[in-house]
Amino acid sequence: MRRIVSILLLIIVAVGISLSLAKIPFGTPKTKVGRHYIDEGVKETGSANIVTSVVVSYRGFDTLGEVTVLFIAAIGLGAVLTANGREKMRKTEPASLVLYTGCRLLFPLILIFGTYIFIHGHLTPGGGFQGGAIIASGFLLIYLGCRERRISRIASNLAESLGGLLFVVIGLLGLAFGSYFLSNFLPKGTANTLFSAGIIPIIYIAIGFKVGSELAGIIDNLIEES
Amino acid sequence: MILVVSFLVFLMLVGAVAASIFRDLISAVIAAALVSLIASILFYFLQAPDVAMAEASIGAALTAAIFIIAIRRTKRYEE
Repeated sequence: MRRIVSILLLIIVAVGISLSLAKIPFGTPKTKVGRHYIDEGVKETGSANIVTSVVVSYRGFDTLGEVTVLFIAAIGLGAVLTANGREKMRKTEPASLVLYTGCRLLFPLILIFGTYIFIHGHLTPGGGFQGGAIIASGFLLIYLGCRERRISRIASNLAESLGGLLFVVIGLLGLAFGSYFLSNFLPKGTANTLFSAGIIPIIYIAIGFKVGSELAGIIDNLIEES
Repeated sequence: MILVVSFLVFLMLVGAVAASIFRDLISAVIAAALVSLIASILFYFLQAPDVAMAEASIGAALTAAIFIIAIRRTKRYEE
């Protein structure tokens, strides 16, 4: 009986959602602001990647909030897991030679790829969040393959704090030199070159460091506790 | 093109159903990671490479790792 009711409920919800979604035309421009970003985004921000210009420039304040949410989540996890004091690392079996060598060879390549992604955030797809997540997956590989290697907690905390601080300081400098918080006060340069788009690449580098060290710290906390 | 996309969506459905019926939770996590991986390929086809990158690294790699760490501390099989 309960099963029939739940299946019926599921069908009703599915029909409702699909009926309401079917009324929205697919692929046609619906808002003026979206068209404005596509037409004028490159000219106004100097960033060749329009997604980046929206994330860091037009909606930069939202991104600051997003970074803060991630920061609070990482802090909360660390506080919950280390509340009872850190126990001694258990003895683990060493990984096989193939796995160990493979991890050590792949790790620097993943690190360079992640760095490339967030440095070129204003030119090619990707940015601080994606690059940071790629760097964190590189650290996950090291934790799984070579368990005796650890990142220094002080260095990761330093990278995280400096990244967050740089973001806020650039925002405040924008308030001082420009007209509003996070305004683009540096010269924009020509679009499609590495040194262009003013403060956007600097902010994305800060976000990349912050997200990478935060996600790596989350994994570090979880693995040490398990 | 439409054939490739429909095959991927079919695989995604299989992965989603498998994730919900597997009793072995590690297998369920791998099936859920498969759903994320195919979602990232579909995002790439829909010309959203930024989202595809985030989905592949967070959805398929980091989330699965965190789930597996959690399963290691609890029980592997569901009653």
